[in-house]
Amino acid sequence: MTAPQKPNSFRNGPDETGHFGMFGGRFVAETLMPNILELEAAYEAAKADPEFERELRSYATHYVGRPSPLYYAERLTEHVRETAGAGQGAKIYLKRDELNHTGAHKVNNVLGQILLARRMGKKRIIAETGAGQHGVATATLCARFGLECIVYMGAVDVERQKPNVFRMEMLGATVVPCQSGSKTLKDAMNEALRDWVTNVETTFYCIGTVAGPHPYPAMVRDFQCVIGEEVRWQMQEAEGRGPDSLIAAIGGGSNAIGLFHPFLDDENVEIYGVEAAGRGIDTGEHAASITGGKPGVLHGNRTYLLMDGDGQITEAHSISAGLDYPGIGPEHSWLADVGRVTYTSATDKEALDAFQLMSKLEGIIPALEPSHAIAKAVEIAAGKPRDHIMVINLCGRGDKDIFTVAEHLRGGL
Amino acid sequence: MTARIDARFAKARAEGRAALVTYVMAGDPDPETALAVIRALPAAGADIIEVGLPFTDPMADGPAIQASGLRALKAGQDTAGTIDLVRRFRDGDAHTPIILMGYFNPIYQYGVERFLADAKAAGVDGLIVVDLPPEEDAELCLPALEAGLAFIRLATPTTDDKRLPAVLANTAGFVYYVSITGITGAATPDFGKVASAVERIKRHTDLPVVVGFGVKTGAHAAAIAQGADGVVVGTALVSALERSLVDGAAGPGTVEAVTGLVGELAAGVRSVAKG
Repeated sequence: MTAPQKPNSFRNGPDETGHFGMFGGRFVAETLMPNILELEAAYEAAKADPEFERELRSYATHYVGRPSPLYYAERLTEHVRETAGAGQGAKIYLKRDELNHTGAHKVNNVLGQILLARRMGKKRIIAETGAGQHGVATATLCARFGLECIVYMGAVDVERQKPNVFRMEMLGATVVPCQSGSKTLKDAMNEALRDWVTNVETTFYCIGTVAGPHPYPAMVRDFQCVIGEEVRWQMQEAEGRGPDSLIAAIGGGSNAIGLFHPFLDDENVEIYGVEAAGRGIDTGEHAASITGGKPGVLHGNRTYLLMDGDGQITEAHSISAGLDYPGIGPEHSWLADVGRVTYTSATDKEALDAFQLMSKLEGIIPALEPSHAIAKAVEIAAGKPRDHIMVINLCGRGDKDIFTVAEHLRGGL
Repeated sequence: MTARIDARFAKARAEGRAALVTYVMAGDPDPETALAVIRALPAAGADIIEVGLPFTDPMADGPAIQASGLRALKAGQDTAGTIDLVRRFRDGDAHTPIILMGYFNPIYQYGVERFLADAKAAGVDGLIVVDLPPEEDAELCLPALEAGLAFIRLATPTTDDKRLPAVLANTAGFVYYVSITGITGAATPDFGKVASAVERIKRHTDLPVVVGFGVKTGAHAAAIAQGADGVVVGTALVSALERSLVDGAAGPGTVEAVTGLVGELAAGVRSVAKG
């Protein structure tokens, strides 16, 4: 592959056919195409309507609880400085999207999509979920607006994320366990697409990450950009200037793109995405699509994927159900190829250590997903000067993960 | 480019009937049995054969074809093996059109140019790639036409008159009308609606229109054959094959399980006289 040309701006994508460089696109069955075009038109109309913006802001403030705080993690910073060289150790802030209603960044996107579904007159909502956070957020907004909600979830994930399954059921959603393939997020997405193709007239598919056919990667990103936009003014208030680096965990990559996108054209801001290295990249048991995959086509878009030589999709592995997906959003694939964002990875073990570190030092139990970002942030921060300001996206809280973590640390609760 | 396909539809027309298009998965339950099944299809009454390219994540297929693909992959089937299967079939049959049907990623990984050259050389006549709508024609459709392979497009109940011309624009060989909004092997279509949809498509094209998804019996095939130029059956055959397996492997009656049903479907198609 030849190196893609550097664009004038990193924030102009996708083009009108939904491509970020060679990535993205609309690789879907014909049955869905008219619907996807309808969705694109509806989203464009909503974006141009100040009333949609007003409604979105109002619910974000009063229902979700935005803005989420930007918090100086003093003890984590001290911890880094203890081990760093003289004068080293960046000042670390946490963007606390785990404090959102429903406990993760997922609700930012779901709120936008559900308000859009209402505008389009769709009364039946389907979603796929891995860790269950997107499912919970979707079930929550469907309860709030009286919409039917069906959530597809891999059978393995149903097992390891029981609290979220119960939560969704309490909220009135139907959770459908998927028994096919690896029984995780990718299979849940297959089932959701099969439902959509069957019930295309009545149903709105609320995708949980910046993947899928155009316009989803761009639309979900736009709804998540509130994260980075808040960081910009909050950091100005806190420090009188912008951040020097941003870091976030990446499964599909919606929390990361939400933090990164507003800063992509700020040349001096270093940006790091952290994929799940599972048991280690060299073991093959991981979920790091950019680090360990290659470009392919799945679930409506071209992007980096985990696959064998024949193009068969391989099973991802991560301790974190939310990162356990063999692909990544197409815009991340493009940002990796053009070199604007540095993609790295953290293992299950590193994430577990970071989970405990954050809990003990800051009194914040993070989800296993952002624990991957915390693990790498601590490493990177140690190599930065003390006046370097870093922001970690703390995109979810860890309540849902306590069973998994207990299992790993002491064989169960 | 579409000589074999055109000849088959002309032959069926001359016989005053619709064509029977049968789908089976390459490599299910193992490469040799799959070849034996495919070789037996024309004599059983199949006019055109669709050969499934196995894929781990067939988003538009129901559980039967999904399971069939996974059996094939487990038995070691890959894209090169599927092309080889066609080559071996073609050695003994110069006339039955072969259409490869599947998803884009295995083709993309094989390499589009190489895939088209190898498929053409092996005697493939056309391609159906479910996840390539007209919006992505540059990926495979246009190169396929250039390489002399028909790219057969799916039209669906959601493809309205406004969109039909785009769907038909680069289609060759025939048009495949998907009888339902849904996945393969799910609901039985409303035959009245299908007939009017076929009529609608025929107003836009001179190509033969075949209908598939949800056709399970000879009676279904007969009902579809009233209006359509061809009837496609896939899931029912794949399911018949699955039922014939013994402990997941080919059983003594595997080939006959498929050909027996093909015979019934062919009789259904032939029971409807067309002018």
